[in-house]
Amino acid sequence: MSRLEIPVPDKAQTVVEQLYKDLERRIEASPLGLCPIDMTKAFLELCHAQTCGKCVPCRVGLRQLKNMISDVLNGRATMETLDEMKETAVSIMETADCAIGYEAANMVYKGLVGFYDEYVAHIELGRCNCTYKQPVPCVSLCPAGVDIPGYIALVLEGRYQDAIRLIRKDNPFPTTCGFICEHPCEARCRRNMVDDAVNIRGLKRMAADLAGKVAPPACQPSTGKKVAIVGGGPGGLSAAYYLQLMGHQVVVYEMLPKLGGMLRYGIPNYRLPKDRLDDDINAILETGVQVKHGLRIGIDITINELREQYDAVLITIGASTDKKLGIDGEDANGVISAVKFLLDVGKDAAIDLKGQEVCVVGGGNVSMDAVRTAVRLGAKKVSIVYRRRVADMTALHDEIEGAIAEGVEVQTLKAPVRIETEDGNVKGLWVQPQMISEIKGGRASVKSTGEPEVLLPCTTVIVAIGQDIESKHFADAGVPVNRGVIQTGRHGGFDLLPGVFAGGDCATGPATVIKAIGAAKVIAANIDEYLGFHHIIQSDVEVPQPNLADRNPCGRVNMTEREACERICDFDGVELPMTEAECKQEASRCLRCDHFGYGVFKGGRKTLW
Amino acid sequence: MVKLTIDNKTVEVPEGSTIMDAANIAGIPIPKLCFLKDINEIGACRVCVVEIEGKEKLVASCNNQVEEGMVVYTNSPKVRRNRKKTVEMILSQHNSNCATCARNRNCSLQTITRDLNILDVPYEKELYPLPWNKNFPLIRDADKCIKCMRCIQVCDKIQSVKIWDVEGTGSRTGVYVSGNRKIEESDCVLCGQCITHCPVGALRERDDTEKAWWAIENKKKVTVVQVAPAVRAAWGEVFGIPKEEATMGKIADALKRIGFDYVFDTVFSADLTIMEEGNEFVERFKKGDTKQMPMFTSCCPGWIRFVKSQYPHLVSRLSTAKSPQQMFGAVMKSYFAKKIGVAPEDMVTVSIMPCVAKKGESNMELFYEEYAGKDVDIVLTTRELTRMIRMAHIDPKTLKDVPCDEPMKDGTGAGVIFGTTGGVMEAALRSAYYLIKGVNPDVDAFEEVRSSREQPKWKEALFKIDDITVRTVVVNGLANTRELIEALEKGDVHYDFVEVMACPGGCVGGGGQPIKDGYELATDRSVNLRQLDENAPLRFSHENPSVLKLYEEFMEKPLSHKAHMLLHTDHNAWEMPQVNR
Repeated sequence: MSRLEIPVPDKAQTVVEQLYKDLERRIEASPLGLCPIDMTKAFLELCHAQTCGKCVPCRVGLRQLKNMISDVLNGRATMETLDEMKETAVSIMETADCAIGYEAANMVYKGLVGFYDEYVAHIELGRCNCTYKQPVPCVSLCPAGVDIPGYIALVLEGRYQDAIRLIRKDNPFPTTCGFICEHPCEARCRRNMVDDAVNIRGLKRMAADLAGKVAPPACQPSTGKKVAIVGGGPGGLSAAYYLQLMGHQVVVYEMLPKLGGMLRYGIPNYRLPKDRLDDDINAILETGVQVKHGLRIGIDITINELREQYDAVLITIGASTDKKLGIDGEDANGVISAVKFLLDVGKDAAIDLKGQEVCVVGGGNVSMDAVRTAVRLGAKKVSIVYRRRVADMTALHDEIEGAIAEGVEVQTLKAPVRIETEDGNVKGLWVQPQMISEIKGGRASVKSTGEPEVLLPCTTVIVAIGQDIESKHFADAGVPVNRGVIQTGRHGGFDLLPGVFAGGDCATGPATVIKAIGAAKVIAANIDEYLGFHHIIQSDVEVPQPNLADRNPCGRVNMTEREACERICDFDGVELPMTEAECKQEASRCLRCDHFGYGVFKGGRKTLW
Repeated sequence: MVKLTIDNKTVEVPEGSTIMDAANIAGIPIPKLCFLKDINEIGACRVCVVEIEGKEKLVASCNNQVEEGMVVYTNSPKVRRNRKKTVEMILSQHNSNCATCARNRNCSLQTITRDLNILDVPYEKELYPLPWNKNFPLIRDADKCIKCMRCIQVCDKIQSVKIWDVEGTGSRTGVYVSGNRKIEESDCVLCGQCITHCPVGALRERDDTEKAWWAIENKKKVTVVQVAPAVRAAWGEVFGIPKEEATMGKIADALKRIGFDYVFDTVFSADLTIMEEGNEFVERFKKGDTKQMPMFTSCCPGWIRFVKSQYPHLVSRLSTAKSPQQMFGAVMKSYFAKKIGVAPEDMVTVSIMPCVAKKGESNMELFYEEYAGKDVDIVLTTRELTRMIRMAHIDPKTLKDVPCDEPMKDGTGAGVIFGTTGGVMEAALRSAYYLIKGVNPDVDAFEEVRSSREQPKWKEALFKIDDITVRTVVVNGLANTRELIEALEKGDVHYDFVEVMACPGGCVGGGGQPIKDGYELATDRSVNLRQLDENAPLRFSHENPSVLKLYEEFMEKPLSHKAHMLLHTDHNAWEMPQVNR
């Protein structure tokens, strides 16, 4: 009849396609701590089901691999089994006709190399020593261990003040984190298995918005001990808050005029309004933390003087100096580091960019802050110059999108080679076109296309390729430092310098606010122990019982933003709050993993630390 | 109060009640397997699920609270269908050879299977047995485990010893000895609380009844058996004998009919323990030895295993007195053996204990003049005693009160209360007072130390005897004990004399006692022992005529050289796996 036919989707196939999507989301939410060998077996079964069945290695070999893995799991394998598995996997990799076969075998092979010790342990013990490490995914993944299901339940009940109190047990920056936390908690939210992760960060922001001013808890009786904290950023202030609550007198040394560190002088006001940052800082200061402004460590006062004057010293100086590009012309007028550029804006001493053309080098969050700030300072044209692709940028997706919406140009696959100058002033940025290339260490590398260099005309170059730590003074004083990063033990202290501790970016390299807060908790506890105490930090807020409603699929409420054309004219906050109805709906999406699932058995809630 | 409807019945229950509590108030018992009040409220078995009107998914009733106006169905077709499916799933991974299981006819899974009329399981049977050292006093059959997690929770929360843990992930998740250890290499204190809280037969004591039958059968052997105080408070539960009728005399009758040659009551050696331990305490107290750290009682082998593994530096703070079980064994193989003209190697000493740790305790080799052997050769739990009574097909109704044998026939009320928390302390104080003052105190003078399973943390009591104050404390359960030791070591509290019993409520709540799933019977049994004390003609250990005669004829006096050789021990003579925490 007809020579050709229009294909109609097969009904079964349509459902399978949906199931693939379900599986994708499920894998995204896969808990930590699962037995990697058991998972390999599961993956292998999926791969084997995909085989077309034409070729021997894929059709038969994958099954034999699966049998051998089963033997390992069932305590029937020997070390010879592992050798045979390796040989079989390599053979399939080398002989299979298509990727269905050789990539499946490659997964097994990667595991045999990557978690060989686990294989051996299974064989030697005849038992699996893996344990479930993620009873409540969001809490497990929050570096500060904030009681997320707890405060979401409080938000659901409209108890916003209690939500803030509960968050402060683990994080004294609820408002700040409500605006700018990178929310690692959302990554493996179990709600992903139903539809999409809960908007945890957004709910925290709503709690902060709706709670109003919430006083901190009372301090425990004074211990008479004094602790100096060098650096008033999120890490330093968090430690100060907890140590003060424990009854120690904390004095924060901050060389800049105001507290907050990178939160004030790095993150632009449109992302984190400074009056909202002050809400958190004021609550911290209300506990009685003292502050000394303007003293620079190593110049005005030394670490050793602090050691003499205080019972303990904590270094939380952050990572506040810039990294250099190391190309010709970098010392020309008009080249500025992103750190310095944003610091000046924070100090109300921004450079004038009206009518200028600006290139910002780098693809991280600081780069996005720089371009969007440059737009607000009136630049005529602002471009991001980046060696790789947009997909390779480390900046949050929303930040990149926000920048593009605000008219920022994105020049990808362009490696800066030198800065063109005229009379000592920037005239442009020469870049070498790149092409994306081999994947190395999980990341796509780039190489030159061999095309001629291109000049991007501009009058200002902002360098946002990373930050360094001003650790020289500390190194001179005997603090262990490696490549600029202060090297502490896992307790945040130093074996050879009792009473001195360090944490946050200066001890890890540039990281996130919530990581600095998490480190501050650890160090506050360890300073307390060092001082000879065992104070407990807890909250008296009772978490509501979970509601028993069915969790039917429901879309995630995302935050909306002010119109781009309007918001680029000022530095006011960009993000709009949820409505209360949206907030309630979003809070009701939480699956309460603290109560349903493993959390009710083990690791569901830490009420104190 | 919250008003709701359960199975068309309107009930009003306190706010915060679980659906299961509310149903109980309404007279509707909801079937359950993993639930254990206050200990394991994790909704793991899904047997207790109920339907809530307007909700698609069933809800576990054990750990979800009632809401105003809630309409609950505990037995709707949907609930019944799903509950049955769930139990079928559990059965597919459970070794259901019920006929040969120690928990046959006392198994929650068996009961629920019957109640749900499951006659056929549609699933393939998948059993995962694991190797186990069958010589260890605690036996675990992995293929009977239903992963209710109770053993983990009891050991973590009540005892803080954390022997059990979840092992493996995904479909292979199971329960095993924590930290990849073997049980015999672990710091298991052998309290047996995991056994008495197991809903099925996955955990049990090593069965030593055959050894006892062998000894009875062997013409060359003289069998001598002792029965611990707490046994009389519990054995009758198994046969449905009311507690006032379930006497020690009837146990003696049963043991005689089973074929034991001599039957004794451990109450005798409890009194003897008081003579030794009481004198030791008075001596140590007077020397100022308890000024920094107290003296601890040593009659509970679970506690001894605990202190040796967790706080080895405190072993020297233990009384050196053997436990009543071991003392009696030593007396049997020396004094009594001589009396009846039997060589100690021809004597088999047996004890009936409410305890699993006693099986471990009896393991030490000791010397009696030129003969080396054990104080007690075979230790049987209360449960094993009831099994022997069944094996001998004795009709419990026909049992009569018969006295124990001479010359260790007597026991006092003070010895009887050894089986309950606070009892050792009270008995010791009654006699210590006499030792110091030369006259008896009022018998109820020390009632302040009477504790119970429900007592939070520990019970302290200060006693003034003339111008001296003795600071005493009584603790039961090892999590409480750990807290107490930590408070002592921090200097937050200070005592002279500490009584520790590893099991909640003391030996009455011991790991070798009869099991009634879902019920904690320790306190009822304690009341029973206290009544026996109240009604006893003698209530001071130092007045026990048999004990006095033993000293007169053999041991000379408390703490004499002979007493030291036979009635005291070196707690460092054996090794316990150490644990770093």
